[in-house]
Amino acid sequence: MALIFKDETFRDDFTYTNSPATIRRFPFPFIEDQYRYSVNIEPHTPGPKGSVLEFPFDIDEHYVSEMRDRAMVLQDDPGRCQALPHMMTAQWDMLELVMVALARDYPDHFTLHRDGAHWHWINKPLKIDQKFVFGEVNSLPYEPMEYIGRQVQGDFSIQDQRDNQLWMDAGIITSQADWSLDFDVGMNFFEWHAPVPLAHEAGVFERALKFLLNLQIGKPVRRLNWTMTINPRLDTSPENYPKWGTDRTTVTPENVGKKVHLRVEMQGLFRLPRSNAILFSIRGYLMSLEQIVTVPKWGRRLPRVLKSLPQELVDYKGLSRYRQTAIDWLEKYDDGAPTTPGNGPD
Amino acid sequence: MTPITIKSRPVYPGLSPDLNARINLIVCDKGGAAAVSELFARAEPPFAKRSTVFVADTLSTSEMETLKKELAPAACEFLPTLSSGIGRLREVLNDAPMGLRLYAAGTEPLIGSVVQAAADYGIDHLSIRTEHRGSLMRRVQCVHCKGFIENVTTNPVTCTHCGLTLFVRDHYSRRLAAFQGVCIDAEIPGDVPPTEAIYQ
Repeated sequence: MALIFKDETFRDDFTYTNSPATIRRFPFPFIEDQYRYSVNIEPHTPGPKGSVLEFPFDIDEHYVSEMRDRAMVLQDDPGRCQALPHMMTAQWDMLELVMVALARDYPDHFTLHRDGAHWHWINKPLKIDQKFVFGEVNSLPYEPMEYIGRQVQGDFSIQDQRDNQLWMDAGIITSQADWSLDFDVGMNFFEWHAPVPLAHEAGVFERALKFLLNLQIGKPVRRLNWTMTINPRLDTSPENYPKWGTDRTTVTPENVGKKVHLRVEMQGLFRLPRSNAILFSIRGYLMSLEQIVTVPKWGRRLPRVLKSLPQELVDYKGLSRYRQTAIDWLEKYDDGAPTTPGNGPD
Repeated sequence: MTPITIKSRPVYPGLSPDLNARINLIVCDKGGAAAVSELFARAEPPFAKRSTVFVADTLSTSEMETLKKELAPAACEFLPTLSSGIGRLREVLNDAPMGLRLYAAGTEPLIGSVVQAAADYGIDHLSIRTEHRGSLMRRVQCVHCKGFIENVTTNPVTCTHCGLTLFVRDHYSRRLAAFQGVCIDAEIPGDVPPTEAIYQ
């Protein structure tokens, strides 16, 4: 089925909003009424038709506008896309994985013809028609990671594997929840997660790393992560913190439903065949509290979860200034009824 | 010892001699030179004979003479600044043979600069023997304008490039040889806590 792409903004006038069908498929991240830290990794196998899990790389109604926002970020700050020199093979791996998946899963929008190393890629929504030679960097207008990264929703990093460690040696990161690729590139798994509170002590990262080092080709995995963002802003980078930090002081009981957004990251991890690196996709979904409470189960559960957060997490996720306002507003939608297990709408 | 806070924060275990190394190359500043002299005292004399020490610091002639005697029989070279010391290190690493062991002793900006330069020559950071001595001053990168601020002794600190007031995090990048500085009053401009001289 052909998607209809919206024309909307993630900055200035913030016209982004979800259509009713997109609300129903939102990956609400809480499977119970309280939040618990866990590794929560599961096989990235195809989910129900129409869900965000149907395909390995989910394309939705926001695709064209998100790609436009990414191009603007890269224009202002080319450092959001970086790859260390030894990552070129992994870049081609990523390009192949994404192009093959998009052409297979969204044939109305993307087409890939391959004749040996001679590839022909057509991206109809973005009006791109590109012939190139696989493996020849000069046959594309950008390096392969940036080329395909400008055409697929979600941020991406590529992890090299050596010395029983994963090293974040490449990435295209324009819609991050407050971490800097430019600062973190070249770090190992423990180092780039260093600022995360509580989880190191809980052994979460050691277990996750052990698991990921054994990730197999063709058996990707996924997990959900979340935070909250004021206004539907994609670029909440530390680089631009002075531009969006003040948003956090603008939340009032009157505007909280519209302004505060739950930001969910569907994170996918794929072993890459030539480089043995791991592609990490961070596919973000934004939904306002106002839209969340249109699903009664989520309206009941979200205030309960927000109340159960440990203070360290509240601070780390930057919720301190508006969490209580959000809880007070959300509680109107919690009638105290029990919620069913799992994250989907009833 | 510098306190261990988060996992990206480097650990400096202290200098220990590699008795199997054919050449020992040691980069230090004035404070770190004391650690080098203690290292030589702990090891047998042949170890110092196989060692070259680059002292990258501003020193008086008499200080140089004293250090030369103290560090003998190692060969001593004096470089007037950290950056000239790193330049000299790069020259040597360019032609370095197998069996060279690298050491760094002094402030964190010195150790970080040695580790950063060595990475360009394929030297793993964990193979470099390091000891922190002297000031706790830090090298900080402003995450906003990407400028580097040298010899930071306070938190917060004003970015010398863009003027923002930065909170100095413990998050550290070996590639940049710097800690991360993030605008401290981005949410409420002007709401800045008192400056504390905590990296003296």
